[in-house]
Amino acid sequence: MISYALRRVLSAIPIALIAVTVCFFILRLAPGGPFDGERALPPNVMANLRAYYNLDQSLPMQYLIYVWRLLHGDLGPSMVIDGFRVSDLIRIGFPFTLTMAMSAFVVATAIGIVAGMIAAVNQNKWPDYVLVLVVMIGVVVPNFLSAALLQLVFGVYLKWLPAGGWVNGSLTHLVLPVTVLAWPHAARISRLMRGSMIEVLGTNYVRTARSKGLGERLVLARHAIKPALIPVVSYLGPGLSYLLTGSLVVEQVFGLPGIGKYFITAALNRDYGIVLGTTILYMFIILALNLLVDMLYAWLDPKVRYR
Amino acid sequence: MKITTALKAVSTAGALALMMSTAASAVTLQLHNGGDPGSLDPAKVSGDWENRVVGDYIEGLVTDDANAKPIPGQAESWDISDDGLVYTFHLRDGIKWTDGEPVTADDFVFAMQRLMDPKTASEYAYLQYPIKNAQAINSGEMTDLNELGVKAIDDKTLEITLEAPTPFFIEALTHYTAFPVPKHLVEEFGDDWTKMDHIVANGPYKIVEWLPGSYVHSVKNEDYYDAANVQIDEVYYNVLEDQAAALNRYRAGEFDILTDFPSDQYQWMQDNLPGEAHVAPFLGVYYYVMNQEKPPLDDVRVREALSISVLRDVIGPDILGTGELPAYGWVPPGTGNYVENAYMPEWAQMPYEERVAKAQELLKEAGYGPDNPLTLQLRYNTNDNHQRIAVAIAAMWEPLGVKVELFNSEVAVHYDALRAGDFQVGRAGWLLDYNDPSNTLDLLKTGTMQDGTMNWGNNYGRYSNEEFDTLLDQASTEQDLAKRGEVLAQAEKIAMDEFAALPIYWYVSKNVVKPYIEGFEDNAKDIHRTRWLTKNEQ
Repeated sequence: MISYALRRVLSAIPIALIAVTVCFFILRLAPGGPFDGERALPPNVMANLRAYYNLDQSLPMQYLIYVWRLLHGDLGPSMVIDGFRVSDLIRIGFPFTLTMAMSAFVVATAIGIVAGMIAAVNQNKWPDYVLVLVVMIGVVVPNFLSAALLQLVFGVYLKWLPAGGWVNGSLTHLVLPVTVLAWPHAARISRLMRGSMIEVLGTNYVRTARSKGLGERLVLARHAIKPALIPVVSYLGPGLSYLLTGSLVVEQVFGLPGIGKYFITAALNRDYGIVLGTTILYMFIILALNLLVDMLYAWLDPKVRYR
Repeated sequence: MKITTALKAVSTAGALALMMSTAASAVTLQLHNGGDPGSLDPAKVSGDWENRVVGDYIEGLVTDDANAKPIPGQAESWDISDDGLVYTFHLRDGIKWTDGEPVTADDFVFAMQRLMDPKTASEYAYLQYPIKNAQAINSGEMTDLNELGVKAIDDKTLEITLEAPTPFFIEALTHYTAFPVPKHLVEEFGDDWTKMDHIVANGPYKIVEWLPGSYVHSVKNEDYYDAANVQIDEVYYNVLEDQAAALNRYRAGEFDILTDFPSDQYQWMQDNLPGEAHVAPFLGVYYYVMNQEKPPLDDVRVREALSISVLRDVIGPDILGTGELPAYGWVPPGTGNYVENAYMPEWAQMPYEERVAKAQELLKEAGYGPDNPLTLQLRYNTNDNHQRIAVAIAAMWEPLGVKVELFNSEVAVHYDALRAGDFQVGRAGWLLDYNDPSNTLDLLKTGTMQDGTMNWGNNYGRYSNEEFDTLLDQASTEQDLAKRGEVLAQAEKIAMDEFAALPIYWYVSKNVVKPYIEGFEDNAKDIHRTRWLTKNEQ
């Protein structure tokens, strides 16, 4: 198990290098650069800026400079947000994005699993229908709309919660953004849980457990839940990375200081440093999560063994 | 700083802010500021959202009053030599940076040299090109920064020498490119002087916290010379680009002022928040550029046909919904140092049917008709309003038999294409940097040869007319303001009679201001420094 984990970690290094390389060159294929705004810059100013950020070097040279810096743990400067290094922005924004994504993740996963189970046990009865409805809304309504609606209802009309902004340490400022972020995630998890639970409840070993006289609760707790969780677990990794990268809209609508928006806006601004920096960060998160999920399988399913 | 200490610092600052706002009943202004500042350094900023922050914490020789007219700032008074070339500024007594160091004439000299130093790579340095040798230094032709026409006579006296008399120079000094920087800190920390650990202020406010993506937080500077009259104790410049979300937060009482709003909500606001939406003329023109380097738009008849068949009156009221005024000329109404209503073409008064008939005639003369329809690509940067206008204008050109292919792309790609001349008709906009007609007319000046390639700057359509260029040059040395206005008006007429570009509407500024905020004066520059605002008891 440990040697398997070690091998996985080592194999992440070439993957990371390939990802950085591909990302670096694809980014440069896009027309326009970080200094192409509404106004043309005087050519000498443009030349100065390009020289300052090494953009006047040949592309392979820029790549080597970037990788060299990267190996020294330096993600380089931001080209659009002056005076900030990419690592500064990540340091400020990432803890925030992480807090938000983890809160949404925990809340959504818990709600999703429980709701999925209830629906499966009550298949085709009213709790199941209610769940399906809520799930459909969560999946179908885009988050910019649900964010605006929640803002309007709880911030403007009811005035129960702040409609946006961030005051450090204030939980109330997190409620609406986390809800918006968590809803679709909870919806997907409950659907997965419901489906796999229904399947597990129909298996032979559950029938055996029932026939030997175990109570329904015990059957669920001891025999059904663990195997039913497997598809859910396999979704948790991508699900969390989705929450981490998908916070763009939530951050923008609520004016929150996370890094989700850099991931997108930096690409539009051609802020090469930030795009690469956030991509590398997300890449490591996804690699780590995938490894974690694979480890969880072994615990959940006795059939899975790693060598 | 480690993550934990960073978090601690932020949370203490937040807690402190919370305590201050509740305990001392400090007056807090929550300003919706739109974009995230890219910098706090006056030599590096370029957006209006940055100007709002920077103009509150640093003050230049001259500053903006509530109506954005220039008034004495750090300079108490100034003398102008008879030939209009030498300006002598006398600084106020007792002005200092918030770390206690005095603000001296040397800080201004240093700031201006730093602005022009090519190494600083300041985007807007060219706004101070009227200063002697500024352009030469900024372009690297001249390497000795001391050659710049800005000199400290003594600690309190600053002398600025110009290349040529420039009637709008005092106006140009209100711009952040003319702001001083604390020489002692920049020499010590370099560009890092704007980091929260080092930053100082000489304006009415000082910045205490910057949380990228969320807000910049400033508090009143008690050392400011006019602090006694500054009413607002602290300001949050909130980052929020989503206009609908901003309106929600305004309605929830979290913002006192919105600096933009969704146009389609204007009617609703007039009905439900009467008097709170401020729509005012703003110095800027929304236009289409026509690529005159290649056919078919090198033919003035084609350009004329396209221009006169655009029904501009419906764009502001009906398509945008905010009542932008139709533009027929190139210099926005209300621009200073100019002739009132300088340019109004005859065709603008013609009934629309006649204009369409004339346009059809013109296209026929140019060789286009049912057998040989004119096909055009219309490029715009991705944005709902740009799209609506493009669709409407394509429909207006349909009766002429013009087939329009709409093409949208994100902003960097769009302007890259315009600059490369890779377009036929393209959307553009220009907001004046300073209140003078030369600032828009310069957009139509023939490019200059640089290192063997033609640099067209912002003249995307590559319009070129020798007479026009000569008139602009003539105006740049004309000292008599009225006469200069006439010369510039002549130039505008030449360019517009040749349909150098296709102006569509004049921009408006769109603010939403709570009724309890006083001192918010609508003005053509849309600059509202916080020191003039008052927040009344609610």
